[in-house]
Amino acid sequence: MSNISKWVIVLLLATVPLWVTNQYQLHILIMMGIFTIGAMSLNLLLGYTGQLSLGHVAFFGIGAYTTSLVSLGFDLKLTEDYTFVFAPKPAWFGVICAIVVAGLCGWFVGKLSFRVRGAYFVIVTISFAEVIRLVALNWVDLTEGPMALNNIPSLAFTIPWADSAALSRRIANYYLVLAVAVISSIIIQRLVQSRIGRTMVALRENEALAKSVGVDVTRSLVLAAVVSAAIAGAAGALYAHYVRIVDPDVFLFIYTVTMVIMVIAGGKGTLAGPLVGGVIFGILPELMRGHMLPEVQWIAYGAIMILIVFFLPEGIVPAVQRWWAGFQRSRQSKMNPHSRANKASPREAAQ
Amino acid sequence: MNAHVTATQSDPILTVSNLAVHFGGLVAISDASFSVAKGEVVSLIGPNGAGKTTAFNVISGFLPATHGEVIYNGRRMGGLKPHEIADAGLVRTFQKTSVFGNNTVLDNLMIGLHRRGSGSVWETLLLSPRIRRQEEEFRDEALQLLEFVGLAHRSAELAGSLAYGEQRLLEVAVALAADPTLLLLDEPACGMNPTEAMAFRRLLAEIGKRDITVLLVEHNMRMVMGVSDRVVVLNHGRIIANGPPAEIQQNPQVIQAYLGHGPKHA
Repeated sequence: MSNISKWVIVLLLATVPLWVTNQYQLHILIMMGIFTIGAMSLNLLLGYTGQLSLGHVAFFGIGAYTTSLVSLGFDLKLTEDYTFVFAPKPAWFGVICAIVVAGLCGWFVGKLSFRVRGAYFVIVTISFAEVIRLVALNWVDLTEGPMALNNIPSLAFTIPWADSAALSRRIANYYLVLAVAVISSIIIQRLVQSRIGRTMVALRENEALAKSVGVDVTRSLVLAAVVSAAIAGAAGALYAHYVRIVDPDVFLFIYTVTMVIMVIAGGKGTLAGPLVGGVIFGILPELMRGHMLPEVQWIAYGAIMILIVFFLPEGIVPAVQRWWAGFQRSRQSKMNPHSRANKASPREAAQ
Repeated sequence: MNAHVTATQSDPILTVSNLAVHFGGLVAISDASFSVAKGEVVSLIGPNGAGKTTAFNVISGFLPATHGEVIYNGRRMGGLKPHEIADAGLVRTFQKTSVFGNNTVLDNLMIGLHRRGSGSVWETLLLSPRIRRQEEEFRDEALQLLEFVGLAHRSAELAGSLAYGEQRLLEVAVALAADPTLLLLDEPACGMNPTEAMAFRRLLAEIGKRDITVLLVEHNMRMVMGVSDRVVVLNHGRIIANGPPAEIQQNPQVIQAYLGHGPKHA
């Protein structure tokens, strides 16, 4: 996709709050956006380095908890007579802390799994997420455990044309999510289309060969984990300031699964894949909710997933790309039956 | 090429001394010492299971040695990771065809060029002019290398979709992209048809002209005898002969290793 069409899409998305004024619909779009950012970050690991992180929600939750604690402040009784008091800081500072802390955790997990690949990487990430969830649940002094952190300050700014405070808050959050999504996708795009990004793909495709030409695959895996975790942390921070309550349920496995489904159905290892997957699987449950009983809904959801994986194993985006390329070729050969099919890639054509 | 070799004989680029590799109780290499001089083409031959690929794996850092050491350009390679050894200019290829199958041929070369470039994460994210320029240089260099091995017309294809012989050429091109001083080729002509093998011999000669020293493992004896300055013969994990091809062909021990020592029917 060309750069212009990308910015056209961003502009279109920016106009959404002008014609969608239903608060519930906006809410769905915001949640969809937050999870799409999560899916984008997961795609960096799963799609490009080929390592499945089944504990991805840990980074999301760490982001949510970090920003909540920083912006609410907390007391921590370290010894009998010394209590560490952390005064509340502005919400934007909390978001920055969330990104940094989640990135550090990504670095830790990347380092921890410097030698493990495939199934073992999956186990390391699941364990990490579970440990973090147990910490959030049981360290009641800090996290309030199952009582949850409440009244997290909102990041919202005033939207002049909104006719109620609640609507204004939703619109502001919508724009925040859109902005973070755009920045994240630029970061991911620049990274994967660079010399550094090629090392990630090299790790996925053929680790031994990558090493043999001097690629430090561990380093590129750690880098991918850090960037991926930092972006997931940003998504978690947005979630915390939007929903304004965070409990250990943000670490639920189902959220990781949702992100994995978004990436795989959309097309892992493509830039547009997680966006397409995020839109489809963010809206689908809501569309079905109006027409189906909850039980039937989950069955239908499962059936759609199986159909996508069965018929489009590489995901929607690669399938559409191939179909489009084939369509172009057949049209060209119809128009000019004597010329050989033009197989040059756009990149080569630009040379 | 022989004149060049005698001139630099005193200057080995690679020295393998008293190398031993044991896998538990199994001795893959018992005691092997040999060296490769700068600019030479040396072939490592021997019957199947003689330990040739094991030797390659140790030299390139994929396997630790049990005893002995590998010295490359005056530096001990023991304990270095494969990517660090490659970064020192010692690049290998693999016995089994090994390409980045889901990437285009051009991208395979771009990955191979990795160590020639640089760029921090911040520079990359800000897409600095230097990074853009480097990408363009990489692309030009990649296309030149594809031209060199004769795969330029395939640059936009997926590496996995190439014919077998072409994939083997691509492997060599990827290794060349990494700018080797010493190139270890593990059975590069295995599975090539005679025409492809001939073309590959010409390519080897061209590689020699680029001042790249070559250590070759190969079963195609015609190629080995044709391209090598020196042949090292490995059998049962030990070196049984080391000398110019003509001498190796006459060596009774080598003949015995390849043909066995039954009664001669001839």
